[in-house]
Amino acid sequence: MNVVVCVKQIPDPAAPPKLDPQTHTLDRSGKLIMDDSDAYGVEMALQLADSAGGGEVTLVSMAPHGETSGLRTALAMGAARAILISDDALAGSDALGTAKVLAAAIARAEPDLVLAATESTDGYTGTTPVQVAELLGFPSVTFAKKVTVDGSSVRVERQTEAGYDEVTSPLPAVVTVTAGVVEPRYPSFKGIMAAKSKPVDNLTVADLGLEPGQVGAAGARQEIVEVAAAEERGAGEIVEDEGDGADRIVAFLESIKVI
Amino acid sequence: MPIAKVWVLAESTDSGPLPASLELLTEARAVASTVEAVTWGADAASMAAAVGEYGATTLYDVGDLGGALPGSPVAAAIAALVEAGNGPDALFVPATYDGRDIAGRLSVRLDRPVLTNIVGMAEGDGLSTEHAIFGGTQILTARFSGPGPGIYVVRAKSFAAEPSGGPAAAVVAAPVPELGATGAARIVERHVEERTGPKLDEADVVVSGGRGLGSAENYALIEELAKLLHGAAGASRAIVDAGWVPYSHQVGQTGKTVKPNVYVACGISGATQHMVGMKNSKNIVAVNKDRDAPIFSVADLGIVGDVLKVLPALIEALKSRS
Repeated sequence: MNVVVCVKQIPDPAAPPKLDPQTHTLDRSGKLIMDDSDAYGVEMALQLADSAGGGEVTLVSMAPHGETSGLRTALAMGAARAILISDDALAGSDALGTAKVLAAAIARAEPDLVLAATESTDGYTGTTPVQVAELLGFPSVTFAKKVTVDGSSVRVERQTEAGYDEVTSPLPAVVTVTAGVVEPRYPSFKGIMAAKSKPVDNLTVADLGLEPGQVGAAGARQEIVEVAAAEERGAGEIVEDEGDGADRIVAFLESIKVI
Repeated sequence: MPIAKVWVLAESTDSGPLPASLELLTEARAVASTVEAVTWGADAASMAAAVGEYGATTLYDVGDLGGALPGSPVAAAIAALVEAGNGPDALFVPATYDGRDIAGRLSVRLDRPVLTNIVGMAEGDGLSTEHAIFGGTQILTARFSGPGPGIYVVRAKSFAAEPSGGPAAAVVAAPVPELGATGAARIVERHVEERTGPKLDEADVVVSGGRGLGSAENYALIEELAKLLHGAAGASRAIVDAGWVPYSHQVGQTGKTVKPNVYVACGISGATQHMVGMKNSKNIVAVNKDRDAPIFSVADLGIVGDVLKVLPALIEALKSRS
């Protein structure tokens, strides 16, 4: 079974995020790492390919400047190869433009199953995987908290407001996984060494047969008007607990008539 | 260009229309002269009364989906209506599991982009949208620059729901066209996780726990405190990911948006992901060991201390009062 995992390479979330002062888009000029949310999809893919008795796990990523450090992390976990789409024309892409690029690249890998996170940690639009599914003509199941593959269909426990639904879908399909769907492995030293020589196909917009006007800032049909500081809450009272923390909370709850 | 017509995706729940859909109908009335709604499921008649009460004049009914996941069929039905020439200038979609699926599918079918995570809107030379970024410390304003209809995915509780007292909306059938493979995902069985007490996103008091609790067993303290305050128990993404509590407890970007009278954050540092879901609570109490935790920047009362000491003392104090 061939599984494609969408992997986003993002600025380190631990560092303070910055916006480009001109475009108001997220500054991605620094080092990028694999979005933690994608580790679950990578692990799920490895386990599903393994239990299906073979097949390859291929990573697909769109990133600026030929960035591969996040892909190397996923390759070190055990993925076989990666497709990287990197092209200056892609800067400023909106979610639909990104989906067009990813879908064109994914189609090349002829997957049985496409996995992605429910949303990225940096942009969190949460629509790209479903847009990819529609572009590929695949069914999709979002918010999976459990995924099993049985021959030519996938069975998913899908998160709902009330609990969860058991959902089945024929393959090929797109499934988005929540964090916690599986416990991602840590790359072993051997895995890290092996990842250095695993193949990464570098593609451009032209390679994918897409028109430049469909993607990047040229294809984006939404614009950022401004970014301003949010209204701040008035400063509260912050105190060290000296055994009186509980009493202070009781007094506060009384003052706002909750108790 | 002024907004003439807005459609609102009217999602139903076991207990009637989704509150977020009613919020969007209210906002649609404020920005557009004509408000219409789109729904699916078995009960269009009661939905027509509910959306009419909030100002929709027409309800497009996609009908019963026969167990199919809504994303593909509902998007296809809406696209067919738009292609027939009666489309709106804007479609407002609540940011739910199904709402996001429908918005994504529709975006491709219409070849229109989507704006997601909207927390506010302003009208004037078209609609502009507000998005909370960087943990809600910054508000980004965006707008569509191409032809409509724009697809707007809006977070719950961004607007207050107020009825207009209108009559039931006229129901118009919106049939699902042939879908091919995209519509093949089917719900085989539904599982409802029992919860006691008020719902997380409706409770007046929310008590949430995070990593600072140290272990899954200590989440019982959160549940006990929530019960004593007649509130609901919530959680940070960190402990949901760790498997301590079900996803349905999660407050934040990927989880529920809550706006209670008082929010008590216990052992939660206040990651961006969490703050977006709770920082508009009326009163915020935080207990955390780390004085530099971001949660203290939004707290009305912050206790720098060990939750495992403060919570048991607080529970005892509340018990001795009742």
